[in-house]
Amino acid sequence: MHYLFEPGFFSSSPVRVAFAIGAVSAIVSAIVGVFTVMRGQSFAGHALSDVATTGGSGAFFFNLSPLVGFLGAGVLGAGAMEAVGVQRLRGRDVATGIVLGFATGLAALFLYLDTTKSATTGVSQQILFGSIFTLDPSTIPLVVVMSVITLGVLAVIFRPLLLSSISPDLAAARGISVRVIGLLFMLALAVAVGLSSIAVGSLLSTALLIGPAATALRLTRNLRSALIVAGALGVAATWVGIILAYDSFYWFTSSQGLPVSFFIVALIFLGYLLSGLPAVRRRTSSPTAAAPTHSLERVAG
Amino acid sequence: MFSSFMVNAWLIGSIVAIVAGVLGFFVVMRGSAFAAHAIPNGAFAGAAGANLIGVNPLVGLGVFSLAAALGIAKLSRRGRADAVTALALVLMLALGAAFLSQSTEYEPAIFSLLFGEILGVSASQLWPVIVLGAVCVIAVAVLYRPLLLASIAPEIAAARGLRPERLEVIFLVVLACATTMTVPVVGALLIFTLMIGPPAAARFFSDRALVVMGLSVVIALFTIWGALACSFTTNWPVGFYVGAYSAAWFVIGRLYVAWRRARGPRRRTSVLSETSR
Repeated sequence: MHYLFEPGFFSSSPVRVAFAIGAVSAIVSAIVGVFTVMRGQSFAGHALSDVATTGGSGAFFFNLSPLVGFLGAGVLGAGAMEAVGVQRLRGRDVATGIVLGFATGLAALFLYLDTTKSATTGVSQQILFGSIFTLDPSTIPLVVVMSVITLGVLAVIFRPLLLSSISPDLAAARGISVRVIGLLFMLALAVAVGLSSIAVGSLLSTALLIGPAATALRLTRNLRSALIVAGALGVAATWVGIILAYDSFYWFTSSQGLPVSFFIVALIFLGYLLSGLPAVRRRTSSPTAAAPTHSLERVAG
Repeated sequence: MFSSFMVNAWLIGSIVAIVAGVLGFFVVMRGSAFAAHAIPNGAFAGAAGANLIGVNPLVGLGVFSLAAALGIAKLSRRGRADAVTALALVLMLALGAAFLSQSTEYEPAIFSLLFGEILGVSASQLWPVIVLGAVCVIAVAVLYRPLLLASIAPEIAAARGLRPERLEVIFLVVLACATTMTVPVVGALLIFTLMIGPPAAARFFSDRALVVMGLSVVIALFTIWGALACSFTTNWPVGFYVGAYSAAWFVIGRLYVAWRRARGPRRRTSVLSETSR
């Protein structure tokens, strides 16, 4: 037991906070992520985490609460992407790029102003990676509540969202406003990504959003099991990653341990690669091997 | 504004703008904006790794951006391209985080790889940029016709015996080459913005491919020149002005199209405008 869990592992408060907040972020990200991957909006999902982090550095400059900065910038960014973007996939891609480029320009400005305002260090590293161990515990309840609200919105629009994700034409024929559903989803995505960016950092936000969802969509054949598998994979990667990172402080005699984000991302990536192995694919595409195109990944792609 | 250290910045900025304008045209046409973001942004991890083992950062950048380009092209044949790109990006960033945690390099080094230090370019840094930039532009010139056809109508290209997947690999490798040359001098964020904003704006003003490409180079040049001038006078970072001007050009393009539509029905729609808007 001591080999796996180093002494003091469970009595350390940051570790317990990281376990809890990591699990919440992983589950919310995985559920939103399944729809994100199905709809081909991975770029937007990643870009929104950068946009939200820009908001975070802006909030620091204007002395606002970081949560306001992260969520405000995310929602504004999502709105701008929808306003600029067209329904067609390539148009959306460019719209996302324009918003992302503008936001990163703003981030450069805020970083410059922040460092001239006060000699803060670690800001640009925060922008790139974020950190799971530095969340202020007092914001946890708020993060959890907002996450639950986001999932609630998704639950309400679940059926029209699913239909318009798989077949926009069919959804429109049934009288669903694809544009409104798309906008609602983008807003839910922005809030979910903003929350996970502040909780676990922008790097892990993207990793937890896309990785488990893409893996689950390869492994499962219906949406409900995809959601469950994605959530389980996300939580598993997060917890094992935290344990490994904690242990890694003792791996090297001279230097520091390795960052949590490295382990979590490595596990997620490994999972994705394994799910693509021919043996795994064959097993999951049975028993109706005659219709492999019915897997959700293929439908959406 | 034209003192000796600024001369290098003007020169290198102009070269980067030309390369970004030319390459960006295809990035926008092919819908590879995510790859154009992921490769430069993730490649910094290579520089951090090279730093750790004591190799020239350019080598690390080159290896990582090439690996990213090939990995994305390979994996996206079997999975969804955008999800694969996201995974490749986070893997590289995570490796970068791991490298940085083991090295003694401190904050400003990361800052400069992300946002660039165009105002601190030395004369010895000019040559690699010029050579690699020329290689990229020549590669695009050679590939121009097949790449354009494969971008607009992949089915027709395939029917003519071109192989779209192979073209995708070659294009991503050219992108990786451009990344290696530009990231150390202008930073990952700036090169991405220059590859998206000006070409996306240029498409609004014309339907003809070569005109759009030329316009995109011109807009990119004006963007970087304006950004350098404003940055010099206000002391604010170059990256901010590049981002703001790129977005502004795009908005101007949108307004121009709206104004033309309001004036009268559109004369014709070409294949180019169909796929790109």
